[in-house]
Amino acid sequence: MSDPTGGAPLVPEPQPEPKRAGARVAANVPGRRGGRPARVGRGAGAPRDRFRINRAILPTLAALAIFIAMLVFGQLRYGHIFQYSTLSNLVINNAQMIILAVGLTFVIITGGIDLSVGAVVALSSVSGVLLSQQGWPAAVAVPIMIGIGLACGLLSGTLVRFFGVQPFIATLAVMFLARGLASMLSTKPVRLPDGSGILALGEPIKLVDGPKVNDLTVSAGVIIAAVVVVVAYFLLQRTRFGRTIYAIGGSEQSAELMGLPVQRTKLLIYALSGTLSGIAAVVFTARLGIAQNITGLGWELDAIASTVIGGTLLTGGAGYVLGSVVGSLVLGLMVVLITRDGGVPPEATTIITGGILLMFVVLQRAVVRQRK
Amino acid sequence: MNRIKQILRVPWIGAIAAILLLLVIDLAKDPTYLSVTYNSTLGNLVGNVIDILRAAAPVLMISIGMLLVIATAGIDLSVGSVMAASGAAAMQFLSSAAHPESLGTAMTALALALHLGTALGTISGLLVTVVGLQPFISTLVMMLGARGLAKVITNGQNARAVSAPFRFIANGYIFGFPVVFLIAVAVVLLIALMCRRTALGMMIEAVGLNPRASRLAGLRARGLILITYTISGLLAAIAGVFATASVMVVDVSNTGYLMEMDAILAVVIGGTSLAGGKFSIGGAAAGALLIATLDKTVTFVGISSSATPAFKAVVIIALCLLQSQRVRTWLAGMRSRRGPASAAPAGPAGIEPKGVAA
Repeated sequence: MSDPTGGAPLVPEPQPEPKRAGARVAANVPGRRGGRPARVGRGAGAPRDRFRINRAILPTLAALAIFIAMLVFGQLRYGHIFQYSTLSNLVINNAQMIILAVGLTFVIITGGIDLSVGAVVALSSVSGVLLSQQGWPAAVAVPIMIGIGLACGLLSGTLVRFFGVQPFIATLAVMFLARGLASMLSTKPVRLPDGSGILALGEPIKLVDGPKVNDLTVSAGVIIAAVVVVVAYFLLQRTRFGRTIYAIGGSEQSAELMGLPVQRTKLLIYALSGTLSGIAAVVFTARLGIAQNITGLGWELDAIASTVIGGTLLTGGAGYVLGSVVGSLVLGLMVVLITRDGGVPPEATTIITGGILLMFVVLQRAVVRQRK
Repeated sequence: MNRIKQILRVPWIGAIAAILLLLVIDLAKDPTYLSVTYNSTLGNLVGNVIDILRAAAPVLMISIGMLLVIATAGIDLSVGSVMAASGAAAMQFLSSAAHPESLGTAMTALALALHLGTALGTISGLLVTVVGLQPFISTLVMMLGARGLAKVITNGQNARAVSAPFRFIANGYIFGFPVVFLIAVAVVLLIALMCRRTALGMMIEAVGLNPRASRLAGLRARGLILITYTISGLLAAIAGVFATASVMVVDVSNTGYLMEMDAILAVVIGGTSLAGGKFSIGGAAAGALLIATLDKTVTFVGISSSATPAFKAVVIIALCLLQSQRVRTWLAGMRSRRGPASAAPAGPAGIEPKGVAA
């Protein structure tokens, strides 16, 4: 599969403009996948190069355009979309999904996958709630919740890194393990005790006091998600670690030959994805105050869909954190629009999700073909 | 001696060992666990083993379909949803039919379910081959789509029906054996014959091993890949019929839910690599039996069935570790240190190298 020319334009030495180097690796993907010779980028500043970078970002821009189009459509058709409360709620309700999608972006760019995120959220939130019920303060419970995520991520990472297990199988195992452990802890919904410190993280904070309930609000969860996105953006686009991730996705063999720490990076990204699942569990539990062993069922697929909609290629090598944020908001907004419409039977929701996902990947496919 | 060595060398010896281990655990809890008695009034065999075989039938079906898809280096995440959709079609048809008890109606319901599954599988296959989408995404779309379709068919309700002939598929007995298991075995044998007595299996392996080389050798990968998804859809429909006929109700949210993961698991336990290529039908069947045995054992030992996934995880991790190069090297080191005299039985180290990690 891995075409040696696929990694050719990778530059071994750190470039003065790291982002461009990363994007150029991304542009290689079609060459790698189809076995076609990749177009080799030459000078870093050539105008053709810049044009090609724009194309690599096209699916992400398309996702953004469709998101805006959905907003406008919703406003014209149902009204009350462009208002503080709707937009605040959209972000507040999807904060945990944004965090999960960011974690998956890292994993998917390397060409891996993490199926365990939903189950890890369940295990982490059930444990957190049970600890709080035992009277543990939030200052202890929250780090433990994040630590559970980290431990799960490290387990997947260890299986992938040291034992050569395929990411799909390794994370499937961790998914089963986390879901099973969560079920052993409790099969009934467990509720955070009143006054728990975790609940404070979900309290809405008014930024702009609009008329009636139309306020611009955020929660600590939203702020956490925003911090996660900013840090992830920085990590992926501005650091050596980030460029190693793109390089692994472009061609693992080439990255290894260039002396990049491929194996260590692989372990780290699964640990990162697991940690972010733990953080997502904190945000989600804080907002709802309830956890159950079936919490987060199927979230891994939603997160993968968000990532794909945001323009990350499942074969690896291309993708953007901000794209995944848009992707998760697209899915969230779709639920809002379907609820607003009222005419769409609820049982058709999954069909529509599938349809939108299909639309995006076909679009991506068209873009990739064009770049041939 | 060589014969035994050869048997120990099959990639799914670990699965067989695990099944035996689980049965030993069952026996420790109840020494009569394995006993099978003949119920002369109903004319069937009764026993826990028979229950396991009956429970294994749906998993067996989707595992074999999944196996063929995985052999082409694809994956089919939609099998669970296709089970629900085809089961829903059959149940909805039976519940609204004029004479649900007649054999003709039951056969029509069966045909409807099988056609729907085949069609859904073909659509996934077309998305992969003609549109050129990745198998993971194509079948993820189908997973969402088919689950939605199941809900649309029944208007979001859990459709139930009464039909003795349809029920017979899952609960009937022929020669004392459950019909489901006999059908499942027949289907597996048919697929095995198709793959191993014709060139089909080899061609599928060729496409999975090296798409480019197989194209240069004159194989039409497109058609072959399409066929595997179609077969997977059809087998998922059969599994859906099994799953719904045994209780005569389709639970549109839960029928077949996460079954795709069980099927993938069975295939991997059977020593087939997710990267495609060589596949083992016997291995996938052993994997499916292991999953069914595990499910039954966990509940039999008295652990909540919702905790079963944790035990599946233990099994996967253990088998993956046994198949990994690092552990194998380590085990080999242990053996050579003990000297060549005691190095006889290959045990878990007899698994083909790179069985999973390809």
